[in-house]
Amino acid sequence: MAGLAATLGSGAMTNSLGDIEEAEVIFLVGSNTTENHPVLGMKLRRLARYEGKKFIVADPRKIELAELATLYLPIRPGTDIALINGMMHVILREGWHDQEFIQEQTEGFEEFRKVVEKYTPEYVESITGVPASDIEQAAKLYGTAQRASIIYCMGITQHTKGTDNVKSLANLALLCGNIGKPGTGINPLRGQNNVQGACDMGGLPATFPGYQAVTNEELRKKFERAWGVSLPSNVGLTVVEMGDAAVDGRLKALYVMGENPVLSDPNLHHLEEALSKLELLVVQDIFFNDTCKYAHVVLPSACFAEKDGTFTNTERRVQRVRKALDPPGDAKDDWWIISEVARRMGYEMNYGSAEEIFEELRTVTPQYAGITYQRLEKQGIQWPCPTEDHPGTPILHVGKIARGKGLFTPIEYRPAAEQPDEEYSFVMMTGRSYYHYHTGTMTRKCVVCNYFVPEPYLEMNPEDAGELGIEDGNIVKVLSRRGEIELKVKLTPRVKRGEVFSTFHFSEARVNLLTGASFDPICKIPEFKVTAVRVVKP
Amino acid sequence: MVVTINGRQFEVEQGQTILDVARANDIYIPTLCYLEKVSPIGSCGLCVVEVEGQSEPVQACSTYVEDGMVIITDSPSLFETRRKVLERILERHPLDCPVCDKAGECRLQDLVYEFGLEGRIADHRVGIPRLQEPPVTYSTPGIKYYPSRCVLCQRCVHVCMEHVGRGVLVVNEEGDKARIEPLYADNCISCGECLAVCPVGALTENVSPLKARPWQKKVVRTVCPYCGVGCVLELNVARNKVVKVTVDDTIPPNHGTLCVKGRFGFEFINSEERLKKPLLRKNGEFQEVSWEEALDFVADKLSSIKSEAGSDAIAGLASAKCTNEDNYVFQKFMRAVIGTNNVDHCARL
Repeated sequence: MAGLAATLGSGAMTNSLGDIEEAEVIFLVGSNTTENHPVLGMKLRRLARYEGKKFIVADPRKIELAELATLYLPIRPGTDIALINGMMHVILREGWHDQEFIQEQTEGFEEFRKVVEKYTPEYVESITGVPASDIEQAAKLYGTAQRASIIYCMGITQHTKGTDNVKSLANLALLCGNIGKPGTGINPLRGQNNVQGACDMGGLPATFPGYQAVTNEELRKKFERAWGVSLPSNVGLTVVEMGDAAVDGRLKALYVMGENPVLSDPNLHHLEEALSKLELLVVQDIFFNDTCKYAHVVLPSACFAEKDGTFTNTERRVQRVRKALDPPGDAKDDWWIISEVARRMGYEMNYGSAEEIFEELRTVTPQYAGITYQRLEKQGIQWPCPTEDHPGTPILHVGKIARGKGLFTPIEYRPAAEQPDEEYSFVMMTGRSYYHYHTGTMTRKCVVCNYFVPEPYLEMNPEDAGELGIEDGNIVKVLSRRGEIELKVKLTPRVKRGEVFSTFHFSEARVNLLTGASFDPICKIPEFKVTAVRVVKP
Repeated sequence: MVVTINGRQFEVEQGQTILDVARANDIYIPTLCYLEKVSPIGSCGLCVVEVEGQSEPVQACSTYVEDGMVIITDSPSLFETRRKVLERILERHPLDCPVCDKAGECRLQDLVYEFGLEGRIADHRVGIPRLQEPPVTYSTPGIKYYPSRCVLCQRCVHVCMEHVGRGVLVVNEEGDKARIEPLYADNCISCGECLAVCPVGALTENVSPLKARPWQKKVVRTVCPYCGVGCVLELNVARNKVVKVTVDDTIPPNHGTLCVKGRFGFEFINSEERLKKPLLRKNGEFQEVSWEEALDFVADKLSSIKSEAGSDAIAGLASAKCTNEDNYVFQKFMRAVIGTNNVDHCARL
């Protein structure tokens, strides 16, 4: 997100889910769409199988869409920048770039060009493991298409250089003028139903609702007037920094609403130490999740089906959530609980309904200003929607890039922070399974989901397993420099030799005990996609 | 291009079928197998219409309009042809409607009623009174499959192949023995698209133990709680429990499609494990307490930490699973009441 905000001026998906059909070529990188965004995955599958859309799929694992792709690039984990630079090298060499667009709508092209020069397909092959001829072909497919769309997900962002990975993709889109038009763009898929909304609403340490910087005095004054208090001007702590601050005693209290960091966060031993040092841990959730074990207070909240409100999906579409049933027992709306704590601390929050809150938030969030519950009655509206007669915005940057000029960023490839060595010789990647969701608190209570994937597993290449004397279904110990867990082995050629894959859904085998060597320095995203591990037969 | 339907003229475009034109102009032609999101199936023969100059009726779903075409959608002989189609279906379809999941929202039930087949059924000339065969194994435990209720419309076969792109289902055998079979069960992703398009009770939802007829249910349109696609779905609720998930084909972004989690992943809502009371740790153990006590404790503790260690000694995690309204109030609370920007959520995880 930080990468797109810096280069284009907006951190969200530039185009829409429906608009992807307009593309001639789709470059899918670091997104196992079939399993993580299944309904979009079905559409992509349809486009590839029946409508002759050309797909370039870059992923270390031979995911399902790779099998339908025009070109599959099995890159080594963490070498995305080299690949993208290589493609751009070829595009420039062949003159497939959009000179007019570059001149009129971008800046920083010359410095960028110099960096790309040395990324010849041969050099890139040596880094990524992808044959030079395939890099040439990928460049040709993307570079010569009239309309090409880039779709990416956590495979791009969950690296120590996640921000640079995103900026590289922005370079590629800018180079070919694939911005601000149907069937083009650069489209990050948001992993959870309301990640987009939680970001939009200022659930971030540096921004108020609507990405308005807390450090900007004028904007801060606006919020001070709206909320009737003086507000802090220093940027706050990110999730991972909160853990560090708790360990060294600077942080005394943590209020967790609807999250389960004890499964989802990296380097869990460190996090558990942090949580146990807190003077106050409040967990507000629908279930007694693993994080509750460290809590002093647990507050029961209503789930989505028991709430009125709005969610904002990955394509910036604000949609109505409607109350279908009553919450169990004494469970309450999250906003009600927070308002009651606020009132007891001397700040009145007298909201009578979710709609009243929405009416307030749209007065301070410019992107949402024109949206009302009434307008959302039939279907959602895509922000920015500045006025009540504005139809919403399916495609960003039309005619003019939000930032003014699209910014080319010269980016050099750097290896992932943790490299495999003799002791920890495998690279482990983590992600989700189609049948489960995040920390499993919801899907593991569902019969159909558990029927297909009842237990944690480790995907491993059969040849690697053969060398280690491991068979399908064996329980193995997986160790990293930070911890160890036991997992059942699932042999599959879809992971390459030297690589393994697991999911973070399962509290009985918490894969994040192993992860968390390091973080992206800008957006603090953990490097979930590259952890050096050892696999041993116990 | 102009066509005439039942004496009225309509402007039409190349590539439209007779059924497309009729539907666009509110002219009723009964259908059973027709499904907008896939190519015309043409298996039921119910949508027959008369076209001037043609000796036999043609299927409206798969006949493209031509300039000057004169079409009749209703006549005594068409009624008779359609009635025979229904009677043929009833030769193998059990009339176990009282125990069938689909009763009240069954396309076949509607049609049989509409065509007044009561007398023929009462005379035992058509219709099998009861289910002949128990449900058989299907490609997912989310769905119960009753082959004897199947009318071989093939909507499921087509939607799985053309729309989901999986091709799990085939029509096995021919004639009286023909039935739908999940031959390529390994390809199944339990998306339940087949269930959603089944016009009868051959494929029924197998998750909720609680059942309710359509008029006993409340249907509430909301948004799926799982991934970022944000599919719009409908919770079917009876006695404060979710009994089923349905979808409206016309609403973006998913236009009627769901995955296994959206379609079958709703049991957590009514799980016995849901938190029902505030819990406060007393002498190391959690105890159920009143909201008053829990909220007072949280507010007092936060206030004292704030005054002793400062606002920045407190942090909060907002949530990618809560609503915009919840998140707005949460960050406002952290910033305006606690006085810190220490607010983040799991966007990066």
